[in-house]
Amino acid sequence: MSAPIISVRDLFHRYGDFTAVDGISFEVSEGEIFSFLGPNGAGKSTAINVLITLLPLQQGSATVAGFHVAKDPERVRESIGIVFQDVTLDRDMTCREILEFHGHLYKMPNAERKERIEELLALVQLEGKQDTRTKNLSGGMKRRLEIARGLMTRPRVLFLDEPTIGLDPQTRMRMWEYIKAVNREGTTIFLTTHYMDEADHLSDRISIIDKGQIIATGTPAELKNTLGEDLIYLETSDGAGTRKILSDMDMVKHITQKPNGIVAMLNGDGTKILPMIIEALSLEGIRVNAVNLKKPSMDDVFVHYTGRELRDEGAEKPSTAVTRAGRR
Amino acid sequence: MHLGFLTIFWRDMLRFYRFKTLLISSLVQPALWMAFFGIAMSSNFNRFTSEIPPLPGVPTVDYLTFMAAGVIAMTTLFTNLFGGMSLLFDKNWGLMREIFASPLPRNHIIFGIALSGMTKSFIQAIIIMVFGILIGAQFFFGYTAIETFLAILGILLFVAVFSLGFLFLSAAIAISLESPEGMQGIMTLLTMPIFFASNALYPIDAFPPALQALSLINPLTYLVTGIRYFAIGGDFQAIGIHYQFTPIQIVFAFLFLVGFAAIMFAIAWWRFRKAVVT
Ligand SMILES: Nc1ncnc2c1ncn2[C@@H]1O[C@H](COP(=O)(O)OP(=O)(O)OP(=O)(O)O)[C@@H](O)[C@H]1O
Ligand SMILES: [Mg+2]
Repeated sequence: MSAPIISVRDLFHRYGDFTAVDGISFEVSEGEIFSFLGPNGAGKSTAINVLITLLPLQQGSATVAGFHVAKDPERVRESIGIVFQDVTLDRDMTCREILEFHGHLYKMPNAERKERIEELLALVQLEGKQDTRTKNLSGGMKRRLEIARGLMTRPRVLFLDEPTIGLDPQTRMRMWEYIKAVNREGTTIFLTTHYMDEADHLSDRISIIDKGQIIATGTPAELKNTLGEDLIYLETSDGAGTRKILSDMDMVKHITQKPNGIVAMLNGDGTKILPMIIEALSLEGIRVNAVNLKKPSMDDVFVHYTGRELRDEGAEKPSTAVTRAGRR
Repeated sequence: MHLGFLTIFWRDMLRFYRFKTLLISSLVQPALWMAFFGIAMSSNFNRFTSEIPPLPGVPTVDYLTFMAAGVIAMTTLFTNLFGGMSLLFDKNWGLMREIFASPLPRNHIIFGIALSGMTKSFIQAIIIMVFGILIGAQFFFGYTAIETFLAILGILLFVAVFSLGFLFLSAAIAISLESPEGMQGIMTLLTMPIFFASNALYPIDAFPPALQALSLINPLTYLVTGIRYFAIGGDFQAIGIHYQFTPIQIVFAFLFLVGFAAIMFAIAWWRFRKAVVT
């Protein structure tokens, strides 16, 4: 495997006495989509701002595209594209002007700049809006324009800080498609999000970050599988017999009776345990009428690692967080 | 050479041009000053000073001509003192994060915005000169075409250096502050003493010593002196006072403004290097 395109070791960042990033280390390989998943205030933006050289490196080391963020910030800047958490557009410039300005900032040659603008306006489907001032764009269009801007210089790494915050569900899905399309063309993507489904859907690998620390890293499947809490729903010819057999198996943690069947929570990989269960049942002559295997969601993963549900300052439940975000 | 400052300049001029109200008000405002303040004051001053016997052999200029130079200077002051405001808006709501995260060296932001302030000041200075002459200011009186051309260049040179100085100051303040209201407050505090402790509208000879000392370290005084020298001449009388400027004095005034701009640039650069925008 090639050298990591982002490499962070023991990174700390403090605002006065407050430690926002509390010793994180991770690597991102070229071509990956890598996510920081964490609640509000976890330190995601702070970490990103150190990587993109907007905040000084206080402690630890970080390299991006092979360049050290403190020793070679210019080269880091030339190698990356950024979409900030808050909209960073001039309300009174047109889409084209926003892209022109960016191209000039990065000293792109004229011909290349013009060509790239056409390409990107097409990619994010804003050709029809190129002479519209950004204040007259919808939220999704603004975000798309910002992604186009982040891609102007064909960066090796694109940083996306909460790319779909405040977008409606359809727009979020389309956003995800853009992000995947960009990634397929070879751009490494580093994104932060506090949406479970977003991290799950987009990422090759996820680091769960909470209170400035990385508490778990892995592929979405790994994260969910290490949890080993697959759920199986069974409808059988003999409910009581099934319960007895299941409760004797040590891979089964917990059984819940449902009106027509049984839900068993497994403490192992359900894809492997399910055949064993079905076999054990058939040895006893019990017929399985219906079965459903459910993987735990990222929500379950998050609760497992943090001991809390993903919070918006405390009480909010993950399910409401997601639906509310969708409606925004 | 990195021409990144031209990008910043282009964008600021774009906004200037796009905001028609901003464009028009900044062009009309100096003309209004000339029209109302100039004409009103000159009719008064001319009456007060009509009793004073003129010095023989020294050309006399009326108050309108005298204060037109002050209005050019004042407009330049206001335009540039507020010129950094766009940086503050950019920092809070606009493109500053993008710019700070780009490879553009930060001093180019300062140069770019200063160049745009300078351009606006040129446009305004020319408008005031044209309008002033139309309503009777005796600028470039008795000059040949070449002399007039050179005199205008001289005025623009003074305006340029002065506007750089105040834009650097304004940029330094803008990048250090959080709120436009705060900046507005500081600007108002600054404009009063700068404008009134100067020779823009009246002579400083009769000031009490403290105020006079203040006016002598006031860049506005040197800008006004430079403009009067080029627009009126090195030897004239106005409102009963005999003005004489030697070329040495003019060179000194210019160098004073250059020094002021250099110090302000150093401050702005220091503030920009330290600035963190997230
Ligand atoms: N400039 C600052 N000064 C002081 N504290 C700050 C500053 N910026 C952020 N913080 C604090 O640092 C912590 C991490 O903030 P950060 O913005 O990195 O979180 P985040 O994970 O990006 O959250 P969100 O999902 O809300 O964007 C928060 O507690 C925040 O209050
Ligand atoms: Mg954030």
